Amino acid sequence: MTVKKWTAANVARKVINNEELFILDVRNQDAFEDWKAEGHKFEYLNIPYFELLDGVEEILPKLPTDKDVLVVCAKEGSSVMVAEMLSEAGREVAYLEGGMKSWSSYLEPIKVTDLENGGELYQFVRLGKGCLSYMVISEGEAAIIDAVRFTDVFTTFANEKGVTIKHVFDTHLHADHISGGRHIAAATGATYYLPPKDATEVVFDYTPLTDGLNVKIGSSQIDVNALYSPGHTIGSTSFVIDDQFLLTGDILFIDSIGRPDLAGLAEDWVGDLRETLYTRYRELSEDLVVLPAHFMIIDELNEDGTVARRLGDLFKENHGLNIEDEAEFRSTVTDNLPPQPNAYEQIRQVNMGKITPGHDEQTEMEIGPNRCAVR
Amino acid sequence: MIQANHLLDAKGLACPMPIVKTKKAITDIDEGQVLEIQATDKGSKADLAAWASSVGHQYLGTVEEGDVLYHYIRKGSNEPEVEKAFEQTVPLEEIESREGLILDVREAAEYAFGHIKGAKSIPMGELESRLTELDKEQDVYVICRTGKRSDLAAQLLAKNGFTKVYNVLPGMSEWNGNITKEV
Repeated sequence: MTVKKWTAANVARKVINNEELFILDVRNQDAFEDWKAEGHKFEYLNIPYFELLDGVEEILPKLPTDKDVLVVCAKEGSSVMVAEMLSEAGREVAYLEGGMKSWSSYLEPIKVTDLENGGELYQFVRLGKGCLSYMVISEGEAAIIDAVRFTDVFTTFANEKGVTIKHVFDTHLHADHISGGRHIAAATGATYYLPPKDATEVVFDYTPLTDGLNVKIGSSQIDVNALYSPGHTIGSTSFVIDDQFLLTGDILFIDSIGRPDLAGLAEDWVGDLRETLYTRYRELSEDLVVLPAHFMIIDELNEDGTVARRLGDLFKENHGLNIEDEAEFRSTVTDNLPPQPNAYEQIRQVNMGKITPGHDEQTEMEIGPNRCAVR
Repeated sequence: MIQANHLLDAKGLACPMPIVKTKKAITDIDEGQVLEIQATDKGSKADLAAWASSVGHQYLGTVEEGDVLYHYIRKGSNEPEVEKAFEQTVPLEEIESREGLILDVREAAEYAFGHIKGAKSIPMGELESRLTELDKEQDVYVICRTGKRSDLAAQLLAKNGFTKVYNVLPGMSEWNGNITKEV
């Protein structure tokens, strides 16, 4: 039997097409429990590679022969070893090229909708990390919101679409992943916007992203309107696009809400978070479709792989929007928070331009789930 | 530098090789001895700790210097539990209220990764040759990880004319108080 090599893109297709996959994850138990490649119909077996050094016979009965089996580890090496052992034992298996490292980096662009006059709105789904970036395209021009650090994915995509990137926005200073925003702007000559209240410590030039700012994309003049919506950070800003879509950044997710503590000021910002979710957003049309900057669990993905839900539906279904009592709300978003994202303080420093780690170091910082939400 | 009995250089090797090499190297060393593994693969820390506990070795700790990780593992003992022979014993929880010397007879690397403040380190294997460092007039509380090595050490001290000797039971494995590190 030969060992096949799968790319992260192959795994992404399995997720988006709702296909079955059996993952033999050979990382240690803690790493697996912390974070894994998730799909609607994925099954898992976690046996650390170091328990298989003497042979794989014991796990053979646990591996299915009627569906694809993918061996996954942190970086690739151990999965190759285990896949080869399984292959010698007569099993047909594949391993994930680049391991969870490459899964964490992979971005799948999915079209959310067509806009007027040939405009398009794309969501870039980073399945392994739960990050969502956006690109609005309209007749020759593009705007990008919350770009992750793989800048070439966005610039290549813009080239293929024949559009010029004119505006690059970050809804807030991110703490869970490294922003590609200012690097894309530098490479393309686009304007880079950041909320000034989040940018008091940044060491590069930016254009202030303030409440009410309006930019128009392309000749069909797709509207991108900024709406100040603090709470996850003090500068957090949402966007209303074409009067149809509400990009909420890390304030509101599909099945959770933003956490106010990642810049160390939970107590101070909880009131802002409350006001944004219970007052500012309430004044908007319930027919806006919410497009967040993250998803937490695979169940938040729609059938087509996008992460999007009508605002009115979230007012009904999202627990974080239905806590009437202010004290209870305060306690929900400040007490018993989930663990903070890996290296979040360093990531904030990178996004402020204060430190400039190498590529490998950036990858290490971003390992693991994003954990920007409270449920 | 932390003292170890054997050294394995796994620098520059990617997963799974640091563990594959460690597994091989540890078969050639004696029970109770300490292996130092030098590696550059960041993932080796969590994996070595998990592997060691799954096969019954004692993961002592890791020191990071620059890009190199120095891991310390003590080869696990498969010996059957032996009856402790030394009769003067002290329960661990009383150790802090006693006056005298705490003598820690674990390996230097075990001591380095956590010991009771003020304890003196003389590994069991060196004790016989270092008896002159101890005072026969002083109470000596001998401690190790589980009470086995300290039992042997206490017997050895008694044989050499020490009378105020106590074996502290069970040992550092159950110690929940403050620890001092030398790493």
